[in-house]
Amino acid sequence: MDYQNILTTCTYCGCGCNFFLEVLDGKLVGTIPCKTSPVNEGKLCIKGWNVHQFVQSENRLTHPMIRKNGVLEKVSWDEAFDYTASRLSEIKAEKGSDAIGFLTSAKVTNEENYLLQKFARAGVGTNNIDHCARL
Amino acid sequence: MTNGVAELEGSDAIFIIGSNTATSHPLVATRIFRAIENGAKVLVADPRKNQIAQFAHLYVRHKPGTDVALLNGMMKVILDRGLADRAFIDANTEGFTEFKTLIDQVSLEDCAAITGVPVSQIEELAQIYGKADRGSIVYCMGITQHTNGVNNVKSLANLAMVTGNIGREGTGVNPLRGQNNVQGACDMGGLPNVFPGYQPVTLGAASKKFADAWGKDTLPTNIGLTIPEMFSAIEKDKMQGLWIMGENPVVSDPDADHVKKALEDIEFLVVQDIFMTPTARLADVVLPGASFAEKDGTFANTERRVMRVRKAIDPVGESKADWEIIQEISTRFGLSMAYAGPSEIFDEIARLTPSYSGISYDRLEGDGIQWPCPTPAHPGTPYLHKDGHFTRGKGLFHAVEYKGPAEVVDEAYPFWMTTGRVYAHYHTGTMTRNSAALDREVSEGFLEINPADAAALDILDGQKICVASRRGEIETRIMITDRVEKGVVFMPFHFEEANVNKLTNPAYDPIAKIPELKVCAVSLTKV
Repeated sequence: MDYQNILTTCTYCGCGCNFFLEVLDGKLVGTIPCKTSPVNEGKLCIKGWNVHQFVQSENRLTHPMIRKNGVLEKVSWDEAFDYTASRLSEIKAEKGSDAIGFLTSAKVTNEENYLLQKFARAGVGTNNIDHCARL
Repeated sequence: MTNGVAELEGSDAIFIIGSNTATSHPLVATRIFRAIENGAKVLVADPRKNQIAQFAHLYVRHKPGTDVALLNGMMKVILDRGLADRAFIDANTEGFTEFKTLIDQVSLEDCAAITGVPVSQIEELAQIYGKADRGSIVYCMGITQHTNGVNNVKSLANLAMVTGNIGREGTGVNPLRGQNNVQGACDMGGLPNVFPGYQPVTLGAASKKFADAWGKDTLPTNIGLTIPEMFSAIEKDKMQGLWIMGENPVVSDPDADHVKKALEDIEFLVVQDIFMTPTARLADVVLPGASFAEKDGTFANTERRVMRVRKAIDPVGESKADWEIIQEISTRFGLSMAYAGPSEIFDEIARLTPSYSGISYDRLEGDGIQWPCPTPAHPGTPYLHKDGHFTRGKGLFHAVEYKGPAEVVDEAYPFWMTTGRVYAHYHTGTMTRNSAALDREVSEGFLEINPADAAALDILDGQKICVASRRGEIETRIMITDRVEKGVVFMPFHFEEANVNKLTNPAYDPIAKIPELKVCAVSLTKV
């Protein structure tokens, strides 16, 4: 048996509570609030206590998919990457950079937000990038 | 937030407006409860008597969309009774004369008539906040999601400046950020007008700096489109491709049927998410991202604290970290990216973003760091505008006149509708409704209605009702409660099968482009 506690930051609201995710043999089994956190000092709300539950839900998306003849079909990552890159290239070539938009996310990390806006601005060449700060 | 969360414990008066703090930000509410134990007076203004209102020294129920009238009334009392901090105003601000001219013309009786809050309560709010040595303002989307959201925020800034309640511990103007990393998404330039660190895309020097760093000759200098503007562009066939990462606009955005139609019509839609959301169902390409538990990175919380996210398990199924997905597509598109990991991306961010310059993964092993943190030796910044030194130099007063919401009740749509969250769920429910414990707590949507209105409509608690606005209609069960007053109803927006955002008004603030999700007019019919 391999048991570990990994210190991390909550994915729900803007409080930013710290907790340990309990990992048993590669699976999440629980959440333990971090007593030394300057934010939550060992406390969590009901969402935080149960945050490990949704991660391994059977409803998680597990394969890339492409719509073919109106239906989303499982494909390989290579196909999904190539198809996405080539369709975006075609739209840019035909309609210009500003014919493409990006919705980045308040749920993903700083690093991921940085990369998507870098791709929008330096790759595609548009400032059409926004996220749900207003919603 | 201008100030840190823990500082609330040392405030003398905390004025909470448009924030359902105990439900939506429970661990901020904890600090407010401690402040009450320490002797602070808590003031709550909200159209709905939410949980934290029950702990308040004074709760006032103002009508939806009348915040500016309430705040101008408070500032009238503060100026008339000598509660203004003239030394702070003279030393640190500008625009006070124009502001005072407007406030002098405000009549408290008019404010009371507009807001529904008696003059005596407006006076008491002003007395308590105005006399506090350390007064803190806490607000949330109840202030911003209005067609006059920017004016609401400017009014709160006026209130803090007129009483000198800024730039010191336990004071400030403190918006609670709703999403775990909405602060970070803004910091990282996930906005149409700024690069990371709020450096304008229109500024030549900033554009050149980023172009050089990213190996480009030039970068676009026109301001891009906001989310509502993108949906309009799709409708007018001016936008053919959209890549949505970790958002669910079909449920979260106003006038949801309209949003759905735009996403059905667009030529090429990419959705990157962890669940098959109503938005992902419309996609041409679905990319499975990894959740926060399956990758490394950083989040910035509501008090600007940058903290580590650490990988606990491998990505579920074939899902991949979002940064890896972006890197692969960017490289195949023609902009080569070859980061070994998030730490290397973070180092590039720090090089280009002055407020993050002194931060690195090594320094984030402890409590995290509150930006601005300009150098590796800098300890971070718990509160902003220290000693009245504002980012722009002097703090600027704005003379703000009251203007009502975009849509008002009438004979056809006689009820005010406002929206929010419940304690067990989060935003569009994508994560919480996939958590068995949370789904058990609250498994379906509902509409809160005052007992008098329910009696007039001859409906009983738990019965179904049809709710309609000028944009759509839905069915849901009613919950009879005096949390809402007569003529006002409330719905949570977590539930796609009773999606209140099919009803909400997409009219938006002219500056912030934020939609008026907190006020629209609806009708109720027994089914």
